[in-house]
Amino acid sequence: MTLVRVTEVTHRFGSLTAVDRVSLAVEPGEVVGLLGANGAGKTTLIRCILGLLRPTSGEVRLFGRAPSRETRARLGYVPQGLGLYDDLTVAENLAFSARAFGVAPAGRDRATAPPGPADTDLDRDVAAVAGELVGDLPLGLRRRVAFAAALAHRPDLLVLDEPTSGVDPLGRTHLWDTIRAAAEAGAGALVTTHYMSEAEQCDRLVVLAGGRVAAQGTMAAIMGDASTVRVATPRWEDAFVALEEAGLPVALVGRSLRVPGTDRERVAGALRASGVQAGLDLVPATFEETFVALAAGAAA
Amino acid sequence: MTAGAPDAGHEHAERQPGSGGPWSRGSSSGGPWSGGRPGSGGPGQAEPRPRVRFGVEDLVVAYHGRTAVAGVTLEVAPGEVAGIVGGDGAGKTTVLRALAGAVRPASGTVRRPPARRIGYVSAGPGVYRDLTVDENLAFAGAAYGLRGSALAERAGRLLDRTGLAGARDRLGGQLSGGMRQKLALAMAMLHEPRLLVLDEPTTGVDPVSRAELWRLVAHAAATGAAVVVATSYLDEAERTGSMLVLDQGRPLVAGTPEAVVAGIPGAVLDAPARPDRGTAWRRGARWRVWSPDGSTVPGASPVAPDLEDAVIVAALAARERAARDKEMAA
Repeated sequence: MTLVRVTEVTHRFGSLTAVDRVSLAVEPGEVVGLLGANGAGKTTLIRCILGLLRPTSGEVRLFGRAPSRETRARLGYVPQGLGLYDDLTVAENLAFSARAFGVAPAGRDRATAPPGPADTDLDRDVAAVAGELVGDLPLGLRRRVAFAAALAHRPDLLVLDEPTSGVDPLGRTHLWDTIRAAAEAGAGALVTTHYMSEAEQCDRLVVLAGGRVAAQGTMAAIMGDASTVRVATPRWEDAFVALEEAGLPVALVGRSLRVPGTDRERVAGALRASGVQAGLDLVPATFEETFVALAAGAAA
Repeated sequence: MTAGAPDAGHEHAERQPGSGGPWSRGSSSGGPWSGGRPGSGGPGQAEPRPRVRFGVEDLVVAYHGRTAVAGVTLEVAPGEVAGIVGGDGAGKTTVLRALAGAVRPASGTVRRPPARRIGYVSAGPGVYRDLTVDENLAFAGAAYGLRGSALAERAGRLLDRTGLAGARDRLGGQLSGGMRQKLALAMAMLHEPRLLVLDEPTTGVDPVSRAELWRLVAHAAATGAAVVVATSYLDEAERTGSMLVLDQGRPLVAGTPEAVVAGIPGAVLDAPARPDRGTAWRRGARWRVWSPDGSTVPGASPVAPDLEDAVIVAALAARERAARDKEMAA
C-alpha cells in the first residue's frame, strides 16, 4: 500500500500560493528526498502531509486515509530542531516520547519484529548514554537519540528534516544506516533537505521550486545531460573577475572555475573581452548546479 | 589605507611556549596520510609567487585545562580559500578563533595580519536583528574606522554585489537566512580584510543563496584576501584550494581535495549488499567497502572514490589506530 499519496495539493496563505498542484507518492521501502530552496513550499507541504495544515485543494492520503490521530501514530517525525528536551536524560526523553505514542500500533509488534543490525547498533549506542542529559551529548549522538525516539513505535513512515545536518561524514553514515535499515524493514522515508550529500542518499527526489514540482525522479534522471563550462587558467583570479563582470554565475572550485547554465561561446567571449587566456571544456553538471538552475528557473 | 596591499611589516607571528620550531612551509601536516598540506598548491597552480602566508602551526588550544584542539597546522596565502572541515564539536571554531586572535593558544604558532585587517564571521546570526541593513554596515564600518564617503562607497558596492541593495532599510531580524548571512559577510568584508575568517557561513542557507555566498567568498580571494572557511559539508570543501579535516580536535587528513582523495590507502569498493568482511558503510541503497591493503572483496568491485569516501576512510583508519593503541597500552 502506498504510504503517502499527495494528489494535486494546493495550499494558499491569503494571496500567496505556497504549494501549487503538487503530486507525489512514497512507497514502502523507499527513501524519497524532498528538495527545494527556502520558500519553495517544502515546509507547507510537509505540514499538509503531517495533517497540521488542511490543503486549500487537492488530497493527502496517509496509509490510504485522511491524516488523523491514528495516522499520526504510524509516523515517526524528526524535526530539524530534533524535538528533544535538553535538560532531560536520554532515557527520560525516550520514555516521554514512548508515552506520547502509547501502545505500538496494531500490526507492528516491537517485541516480535526482528531487529535489523542497524537497530541493534542504534539501541546499543543510545543505551550507552541512557543516563546522560541530552544537552550534554554531541550533535551526532543527539540526532541518533532523536531517531531512536522516532523509531521506538516502529512507524511505517519516517519524516525527517535535514536528518544529518552538522554531523561529520562518518557520523552521517550511522544515521543513514538507521534510515536504510528502517526502509529495508518496509518503512518509507520522506527526507526534506537542501544538502546535496543527503539528496544523494535518496532513491528518488522531488524538487520543489516556487511551490511546484520542478523535477522528479532519480538524481541521474534529473541531472540528465546538463553540462557546465570548466575554465582552466593559471590566473583564475582574473578569469573570475572577468566572468563575474559579464554577469555569469561563475564558481571557484579548487583552482579552476565552473560556469553552469551557459554555453562555451559566452564564456569564451567574456574572457576574450578581458584579455584572459584560459582553456575551456564542457563537463557534466553537478547535481547542485542542476538544482540551482531549476530553482532559478522557477524564480524567473 | 591601501586595501589589500601587502604590509608585511605588521605581521603578527606569535609563538607560545612548547611550539615546535620556526614557521616552515615544509613541515609535515600531521594527518594520517601525507596528501600534501593546506595551502601547498596543487595541479594547475601558477609558478609560486612570494607571498605572506597566514595560518597556525602545531596549534594547541585548551579551555579550562581541557585540550580542545591539538597538533593543528593550516596555511593560507592571499588569493587562496582554505577549508576547515568537520562535524559539530570537531574543533573548527576553536581553530578559527585562534587564527583570528580571539583565543590564546596553549602552544604553537599563529600567523595573522593585525586585527584591523581581519574580517570574521562567527557561527550564528552575526548581524544585529534590530538594526537595518544600512545601520548594520555603518556599525561594522565604525569598528574599523570607516565612515563618510569611504563607507558609503564601499557599502554601496557590497550591497550591489550581495543583492541587498533593495533591502537597505529592512531590519536584520526580518531578513531570510541567506540574506542575513550575505549581510554578515558584507560586514566582515567592508574594510577589505587581508584575512577573512568564516565560521560555517552557509549553515541554514539554501543552495541558491549558498552559490551566491561562495561567489562572494571567491571574489574576496580573487581580489587578494586569504580566506579560511569552516564547513561540515564536503561538497563545500570540494570548492576550496586546500582543506584540513578535523575530528575530535585532531587533524584527520589535509591537502588539496584531489590529494586527499588520491591519498586513500588501499582501495574503496562498491557492493550491492553488506559484504561478509571488510569495513563497510552505506551509500544510498548500496554499500561502500574499504580494503586497506587494496585486496579484492568477494561481491564488491572497485570504484573511483570521492571526497566523502576519503574522509570516511580517514575517520575509520583513525578509529582503528586508536583502538590498536589502546590494546597495546592494556
